[in-house]
Amino acid sequence: VIALPVASIFTQTFLTSLVAGGLLAGVPLMFTALGEQISEASGVLNIGLEGMMLTGAYTGFLGAYYGHHDWLGYLTAIGGGVLVSLIMVVFCVRFLLDQIVVGIAITLLAEGATSVLQGAEFGKSYPRLPAASTVSIPGLDDIPIFGESLFQQPLVVYLGFALIGLTAWLFRHSRPGLNVRAAGQKPQALDAAGVSVVSTRSLAVITTGALAGLGGGYLAIAGAGIFVPFMTQGQGYIAIVICMLARGRPIWVLIGAFIFGMSLQLATALQIAGVDISTDVINMIPFVAVMLSLILFARGNFLPPALAQPYVRGAR
Amino acid sequence: MSDAATMVEDAPENVRATAPLAGVADMLIRSILPLFLALVAGGALVGALGHNPFAFYRDIYSGGIELSAWQDSLMRAATLTPIALGLIVVFRANIWNLGYQGQFLLSAAMVAGLGPKLEPHLSPTLTLIVLFVIAGVTGAAWTLIPAILKAWYQTNEIITTLMMTFIGISLAAILVKGPFQDFTSNVPETTILPLDDMLPTIPGTRTHVGVVIAAVLVLIVHYVTTRTSFGLKLQVLGANPRAAVHVGLDPKRVIVTSFLYSGALIGVAAAIEVLGIWGYMRADFNPAYGDAVIPFVFLARLNALAVVPFILFYSVLSVGGDYATLNAGLPVDFLLVIIGLTLLFMVFIEYLGRNREMGRSYITPGLRAGLRFRRSK
Repeated sequence: VIALPVASIFTQTFLTSLVAGGLLAGVPLMFTALGEQISEASGVLNIGLEGMMLTGAYTGFLGAYYGHHDWLGYLTAIGGGVLVSLIMVVFCVRFLLDQIVVGIAITLLAEGATSVLQGAEFGKSYPRLPAASTVSIPGLDDIPIFGESLFQQPLVVYLGFALIGLTAWLFRHSRPGLNVRAAGQKPQALDAAGVSVVSTRSLAVITTGALAGLGGGYLAIAGAGIFVPFMTQGQGYIAIVICMLARGRPIWVLIGAFIFGMSLQLATALQIAGVDISTDVINMIPFVAVMLSLILFARGNFLPPALAQPYVRGAR
Repeated sequence: MSDAATMVEDAPENVRATAPLAGVADMLIRSILPLFLALVAGGALVGALGHNPFAFYRDIYSGGIELSAWQDSLMRAATLTPIALGLIVVFRANIWNLGYQGQFLLSAAMVAGLGPKLEPHLSPTLTLIVLFVIAGVTGAAWTLIPAILKAWYQTNEIITTLMMTFIGISLAAILVKGPFQDFTSNVPETTILPLDDMLPTIPGTRTHVGVVIAAVLVLIVHYVTTRTSFGLKLQVLGANPRAAVHVGLDPKRVIVTSFLYSGALIGVAAAIEVLGIWGYMRADFNPAYGDAVIPFVFLARLNALAVVPFILFYSVLSVGGDYATLNAGLPVDFLLVIIGLTLLFMVFIEYLGRNREMGRSYITPGLRAGLRFRRSK
């Protein structure tokens, strides 16, 4: 297996499937990590990301399944994510409770609840959704290797790219974006400027829920076309790492999500290239990639100073 | 904010913690009410799904206690207890080891895989001892990278331990399907250990002696955490890393040792499970015991003795829950809902308690301070 001629791997089919698959697997990560970035920028560490993603996957699947339309699915996915994020808003932002414990609780609750509800609804069967419709951009979709994957995607993917740009702009130039960053950098200053830290953080966490829900929804609707309990398989945590490595810059979320998406997708691409590797090895790759990047870049973590600290007015 | 400010901010909590007993009733409410509320809410969910919640909990009781089911519950507790102890050790030092699943499964794979290879060469007792050592070392080794990254580079250990857990889960499956595969079997699983090489049972019962091992570990960990200088070091580091340096403590050393002890205890739990219950391991074995233990570790306020009744209660819930969910046609993941709800009710009552000065906080000020992600310079 090791002694493969390199040329046979790097065929156009292989690269096309790797890029396409990387994008397919990367989009949920992109949405979710972007959400985490907004939450972390505001000073709230969201360990419950996995649970929000999973809830979004479930509600999104239900919406698309019963509503017979992808977009309805994405809407219910956002709704599911927001609903779960409200727990975080109430417990962590309003009541100033422990963000890690609440995050763990959210993830366990979401894992259990979606599994139980799916079991109660469908028993042991896992109904499939029809293939998601894609939008091709004429002319560009003919570019070799990148064309098909980049310019022949469900509309929601282009929306995601736009959101990355929008968030970057908001963080730099808009009042709400700057408020969010201030809430993470120096909440006292924001408070002194007459802006409510609690409201700013609440809004940021709800946005995170919406984006994580959308990411999960994409995973279920466009990615897998099916909902299986525990289907996020730690992707919420990978999103947190992408966010850590992105150091507060949305564009790096896009790049990171794509890289980790490719490592998630390596299995399929290798199988297409005729290389047979056990799925267990493949499952390990993204996490090994994360560990390596953490070991290599560990010293340069960028995290807002007020991250994971509840804001108490008047406390020094 | 400087660390001095951190100390000031946490000061009221510390005062409250050392204040005269705020009332046993309050303590009981704070410890037991969250669990009770979670069971009520879980019952409501069972009812909403069209089952009789009372019959459901009745099933849990009969499946977890009646006839000789209490022995199964006891054996479940024997596995869960060392995991809880492993978490107590690190949590006390203000470190989040969330990599328990990887540590557990990898140790289980090593025990199940190496057991049949060692057994022909060693006496049964020696085999058991060697396997327990292997399990402890494996569990400890799997915490090493997060421990070093945390100690030297302040890399967030929540993330690194979680990543190591996912790698560990896959690696355990690779080991079971590869070098440890039983070639006489069609399914991916290890060779079954002869009965002689498994943990003996306590005379007169079918309960294995892992229960005794777990009980001894409880006493040891309780002694070490409350009566020795190492226990004090954990507490000092947990309370204030900066103060720890000033009193001449080497935080790096304490971080790494507490991580290693934690991993070793979780590895021992895996050995008890494999050598007490199964005698082999399937590639898809993943009971996710660690997740279940977390809320109880906090409800017991990181006290090794106090965690025991909670673990016993949960063991009944989980053994009986297997039966009750099967009976109701629900996925067994239902228990995760109870666990998640317990955590949420716990922090909620913490919130009420904070406002009413009720009892002690579940989470030590130090562990909360540890959530601050800044480098501790």
